[in-house]
Amino acid sequence: METILGLDLPTWWFLVVGGVFSGYAILDGFDLGAGALHLFFKKEESRRIALNAIGPVWDGNEVWLVIGGGALFAGFPVVYATVFSAFYELFMIFLVMLILRAISIEFRSKEPMLWWRKTWDISYSVSSILLALALGLVLGNVIQGFAIDQNYIYRGTLLDYFNPYALLVSVTTLALFMMHGAIYLVMKTENRLYAKLTVLAKNTTIFFVLMFAITSLATLLFIPHMINRYREVPYMFAFPVLAILAVANITRQISRRRYFYAFLSSAFVTAMLMILVAVGLFPNIVLSTIDPNLHITVYNGASTDKSLKIMLTFAAIGVPLVALYTSFVFWTFRGKVKLDETSY
Amino acid sequence: MNTEILSRIQFAFTVAFHYIYPPLSIGLGVVMIIMEGMYLRTGQKIYEQMTRFWIKIFALIFGIGVATGIVMEFEFGTNWAVYSRYVGDIFGSALAAEGIFAFALESGFLGILIFGWNRVSPRVHFFSTIMVALGSMFSAIWIVVANSWQQTPAGFRIEGQGMKARAVITDFWAMVFNPSSVDRLSHVIIGSFLAGSFLVLSVNAYYLLRNRHVAIAKSGFKIALVVATVASLLQLFTGHRSADGVAKNQPAKLAAFEGHYDSSAVADMYLLGWTDAQAQKVSGLKIPGGLSFLIHQDLKAPVTGLNAFPTDQRPSARAVNFVFQTYHLMVAIGMALIGLSLLGMFLWWRGRLFDQKWLLQIFAWAVLLPQIANQVGWYSAEVGRQPWVVYGLLRTSDALSQSLRTEQVLFSLILFTLVYSLLFALFLYLLNKKIKHGPDDLHEEVIPDYSKRDNPILN
Repeated sequence: METILGLDLPTWWFLVVGGVFSGYAILDGFDLGAGALHLFFKKEESRRIALNAIGPVWDGNEVWLVIGGGALFAGFPVVYATVFSAFYELFMIFLVMLILRAISIEFRSKEPMLWWRKTWDISYSVSSILLALALGLVLGNVIQGFAIDQNYIYRGTLLDYFNPYALLVSVTTLALFMMHGAIYLVMKTENRLYAKLTVLAKNTTIFFVLMFAITSLATLLFIPHMINRYREVPYMFAFPVLAILAVANITRQISRRRYFYAFLSSAFVTAMLMILVAVGLFPNIVLSTIDPNLHITVYNGASTDKSLKIMLTFAAIGVPLVALYTSFVFWTFRGKVKLDETSY
Repeated sequence: MNTEILSRIQFAFTVAFHYIYPPLSIGLGVVMIIMEGMYLRTGQKIYEQMTRFWIKIFALIFGIGVATGIVMEFEFGTNWAVYSRYVGDIFGSALAAEGIFAFALESGFLGILIFGWNRVSPRVHFFSTIMVALGSMFSAIWIVVANSWQQTPAGFRIEGQGMKARAVITDFWAMVFNPSSVDRLSHVIIGSFLAGSFLVLSVNAYYLLRNRHVAIAKSGFKIALVVATVASLLQLFTGHRSADGVAKNQPAKLAAFEGHYDSSAVADMYLLGWTDAQAQKVSGLKIPGGLSFLIHQDLKAPVTGLNAFPTDQRPSARAVNFVFQTYHLMVAIGMALIGLSLLGMFLWWRGRLFDQKWLLQIFAWAVLLPQIANQVGWYSAEVGRQPWVVYGLLRTSDALSQSLRTEQVLFSLILFTLVYSLLFALFLYLLNKKIKHGPDDLHEEVIPDYSKRDNPILN
């Protein structure tokens, strides 16, 4: 089997897919979080500022999901096909919410009527919340595994998605995004809205820390297969330690009112949580609860080495480019939000 | 209604709805580059005004294009899991390339395009316009490559059997440049230029008829007319190349386009008609031997007909009549667009372009023509290749997700129908509103600021 720097190609692609989904969670995480908090802002001006804080970047953030979906399809078609067809209803609602959210952002500012704006405010916020919950629900089910048979056919029911552990992960994801979004908005606002957001940032952080603790406990108690890897390879223990330190650092930076560092920390926490899951699962991606022999791994679920090599070449060229102009866009719109004639 | 039919309806519906928007984005991208380029060259406000106006329209169209585009990427997995596993090794690399090279480019720079007027220099803004336009074209490239591979697979081998069978890439460039990619891609891109330029023509014709924004409208109309003329003439060429390719690579599809059954017979080319599956003939207006001439440059040469294929390897009788109609409608519209743009050019040359009320009326409505042609062109391409989803290799009926139940698809189909109806109504409403509002006068601030604290309604 072909290797680069000691790792085989499917493992490399597993890292790429994981990296892209982490990037998605960090980037779309803060704008979904901002959406989830939207109804806490009461004044029209506050809502406009909050919306325009994500205005120039939310679309670019969402593209990471498109890239992630493409990367999964490309490198692990078996995983992509199996997971997407298993969670049919969930993904359909997810798609509809994605569309609803996009049109809420786009159309809100196009009419001045109060009822018009209120309607879009609500649909924007509700869709953001549901999207965060849905992402968490899928993640929770992937962590536990689900009933797939030897032909990759899902043998569970709709209700099986909504098991307690998955719901816990779902709410934790929402809490993470709300915290991340609140910290982002603090950086982008001034005056009274800023003051209000500092309180929200504190409260959402408490919410997240609680959920993080409960979910970690639940994982330790009920999901033994997520722990095995850490037992086998003790130095992997560094990841949960780093995650906990980073969570602590968020609260520290918030109390010192250094929100940019708090934001970097919450982004880091997001990445760490994704890594925790990835380390726990590897080399499996989809766990079958019917028979462990039916697990889909990075090896039996991957495209051919030839195909992976082509795509790794793409990634090597493309990812630095994407990072470059994403940074350029964020840099262009740095600083506090100022409304002008081009704003939403 | 079974799961397969419903899934096909759902995919067809969501992809057809999506396809209203990307061609407009691609076409408008080119027009915007010309307009903003003129602004940078001449420094005239009029070009800045029209650029700003069209970027706003572009933003609306692009936003809906992105939102409806993600749907297909998910549907491959949700509804067509077997297909996804089968083509993943090949189709995946094209899709990944699209995401990383195209979407990221356009969505990244779109923020600067819309919100960055006061934040970056005119040159950087122009650069962003070019990047967004390029990005939208790149995404057309990769998605058409992937679709073309399904029409004319190349650079692969089949591995495994039954449910585990899959196509595996052996030669990336042979996959990318499969026999139909270049022809189909150029046909799609030029079709998009037509969609975009005719939208600009239509809106400006409307202003001229109403005597509004006259200077901007005249100048914008001329820019778009040049694009439309070049594109409509080029489309004749790419269309011919595409048809030639279909004759070579997918003879059953071409036979269906012209309702040609008998392989030993000379093939006619119809202008319009109706196919009769029982009698295996077409009644309508025709050029005798036209198809034979098109393919073999010989009016008397026989052309492979539908009867040369077993019935389970060619489109059904109803599908034959369907693609016959859609294909001919596309061709007819293509001809009409050439006529219309050449007529416009001729009158421009004679200095009478804007005197003809009736012509402006036609241009105002002609925005629908390229849209219809783009739609029916794809219907022909996709229905004409049935029963295959990957030509000659994987049947559409085998490609379906095995775990899918009818009520699940019914549920999502109803959901999409509702959401897309709302979306389309809002789109038309806002597009109409933006057009009625017209380009902003740059001397004064005309956009009301609803955030003012002294506004009694909102505080």
